[in-house]
Amino acid sequence: MNTLVSTINELARRVGRDVRLMEVCGTHTMSAFRSGLPQLLPSNVRLISGPGCPVCVTDTNYIDAAIALCRRPDVIVATFGDLVRVPGSPPTGGSLERERAAGADLRVVYSPTDAVALAQENPAKQVVFLGVGFETTAPTVAASIVQAAKDGVRNYSVLCAHKTMPHAMEALLHDQEVKIDGFICPGHVSVITGAAMYRFICEKYKIPCVVAGFEAWDMLKTIEMLLAQIVEGHAEVEIEYSRSVNERGNVAAQKLLTEVFEECDAGWRGLGNIPRSGLAIRAKYAQFDAAKAFGVKFEAARPHPGCRCGDVLRGVITPPDCKLYGKTCTPTDPVGPCMVSIEGTCAAFFKYDRRAAA
Amino acid sequence: MERDRILLAHGGGGSLTRELIEELFLPAFDNPRLRLLEDSAVLSLKAQDYAFTTDSYVVKPYFFPGGDIGKLAVCGTVNDLAVQGARPLWLSLGVILEEGLPLADLRKIVDSIRATAVEAGVEIVTGDTKVVERGKCEGLYINTTGIGEIVTPRRLGAAEVRPGDAVIVSGNLGEHGVAVLSRREGIAFQTSVVSDCAALWQLVKTVLDAGAEIHAMRDPTRGGLAATLCDIARASGIGIRLQETALPIGREVRGACDLLGLDPLTIANEGKVVVFCRGADAERVLSAMKSHPLGQHACVIGEVTEKPKGMALLRTTIGGERIIDMPTGEDLPRIC
Amino acid sequence: MCLAIPAKIVELNGTTATISVDGASREVDVSLVEEPRLGDYVLVHAGFAIHKWEKSEVDEWEAIRAAAGLPGVTT
Repeated sequence: MNTLVSTINELARRVGRDVRLMEVCGTHTMSAFRSGLPQLLPSNVRLISGPGCPVCVTDTNYIDAAIALCRRPDVIVATFGDLVRVPGSPPTGGSLERERAAGADLRVVYSPTDAVALAQENPAKQVVFLGVGFETTAPTVAASIVQAAKDGVRNYSVLCAHKTMPHAMEALLHDQEVKIDGFICPGHVSVITGAAMYRFICEKYKIPCVVAGFEAWDMLKTIEMLLAQIVEGHAEVEIEYSRSVNERGNVAAQKLLTEVFEECDAGWRGLGNIPRSGLAIRAKYAQFDAAKAFGVKFEAARPHPGCRCGDVLRGVITPPDCKLYGKTCTPTDPVGPCMVSIEGTCAAFFKYDRRAAA
Repeated sequence: MERDRILLAHGGGGSLTRELIEELFLPAFDNPRLRLLEDSAVLSLKAQDYAFTTDSYVVKPYFFPGGDIGKLAVCGTVNDLAVQGARPLWLSLGVILEEGLPLADLRKIVDSIRATAVEAGVEIVTGDTKVVERGKCEGLYINTTGIGEIVTPRRLGAAEVRPGDAVIVSGNLGEHGVAVLSRREGIAFQTSVVSDCAALWQLVKTVLDAGAEIHAMRDPTRGGLAATLCDIARASGIGIRLQETALPIGREVRGACDLLGLDPLTIANEGKVVVFCRGADAERVLSAMKSHPLGQHACVIGEVTEKPKGMALLRTTIGGERIIDMPTGEDLPRIC
Repeated sequence: MCLAIPAKIVELNGTTATISVDGASREVDVSLVEEPRLGDYVLVHAGFAIHKWEKSEVDEWEAIRAAAGLPGVTT
């Protein structure tokens, strides 16, 4: 570990200027902070947290729709634990947690297959699974739909808000203000999609991409590999997480994705609409599409006026530059994704800022 | 009693209530004060300080690997007294039963309360029974209130904690929370982890008798070690620094936490004590703990520092540092 | 999104397997990995195995964990 850190220091010195590396995966953000990684890096290497937490970038209008479904007495809403505290649209805000307190039948599940089982156990109710997550999770939800179709489960549906990475990563680069020198690419998304997916970023934008694992060692190694590319002026896709990731990915999972989903535009909390960055349930499986089954109309996403998560996510401003930071928007009452995620840029800043002052 | 379930009438204060008390509770907890069955128990107290605490127990399910709500109801309150430096003496026992609760379950729980109280050296001297309609509570809820006599010459508490103190924990973390979670509906996973639910007075007494200067003790229940440390740091205005490599976490607890995406530091313990003692006395406290069956895996996990004021930090396995957050309050499996 | 952990297959039944992470076990769907066998290590996410590790990959992970003083493979 120490050799890695010294190599990183040496490489950073050779680069000379400030280097900004964006990690796009929420779990990488978590892993980095949990192991105290940022403190170990040289002062000219900055880790920026990108929009990689699928839960946190779930737009307010989706939460509003989920809340509306919660209020129906004939519906059981099943969800991953991550979504429970995410706030909906202002001014009322609200969250699934609050709906449960008000009497909604909300069940936290570990897997979408648990939600299908719930449907089979409760034939008199409709079970709606909140389908959030990137390419790692979407195949599991697709599998649950295929299974439900095969088993003739009529009371199971998915409110789909799955998102995909490549177009979001590209959207970050279009902004003139953003300066990203390297991408720490998501590890488990890449298990499914294959690392070849990031080649277009290297070719078009000349930015190195390294697919990283989740142990602290993996992330340090990834940073070393990115710095080495920057020093040499390269821009290639490399795989640090070679024990789990290859160029091609999981073909069976990819087939499931194309079987059940098709590309669509998607709204990202803090970033707005990003074309072709979402997944929608195909017409073939329309009966499992909760939006169709319940006539859900997604209200136009109404971000909180003053929320500057988009700029924070692009690395253009730091949290204190946002007028809401620390006042209207705090870890206990978060507004945008950067504060919703416990290790989002703003939430982390909040904590480590206090620490520096203490 | 030939009935097999609790009826609303059992809480009515009439003949069925008396039947329940005389045939179930009284034989289980028999002692001179309780036998009187007066509206209040009368205690004779010496002219000294006493500790007084109350806790309610709503654990679901009420039978879990390693214990049940009854055992928990005694241990939890006894331990709150113990960590205050008080020898536990008397408990009150208030139960709220759901109409339809199987009497066989209630008998098992009462027996568990009895056995735990005997082992902990406390008497149940007064109690209350209520019954609510089916669906208004989940099986049963219990409240116990406890009184203990302070045996420590100096007051224990967050205010006494100071820079240089050692932070010592009596054993492996996260067992109770993981054991209960594994039985929760909807979070299907199997584990061999068993709750660490235990009465801690004897362990605490061994520590107190070791001649060390103890400043504070806590039992890290809801919210786990993280909540306890954040509380102490905030209340006393000092900093706490833990070593991640020193944290005693069993492989199975770690496995369960990895599987569900939980942090072992935030998981409840019901048979562990955290001790803040003068730095120089750490070894003394450690060997005292290890000499007791409940303290076999005791270890020093960190120290108290002057800064950062009011915060708990963790020095990680790779030499980094992170802040130990106050937990959000719910252990939920995550994908992210 | 990305919480996936390495787990060992301790029981196998067609497309369902029981996996164990240091003793914590549950059933997962293994239809997304090729030819899973008893004793194999798989990456598990949201109740599905998404990748199978070869022995060399398990060894690599063990070495990384050992370097950080963390437990590796269950016996």
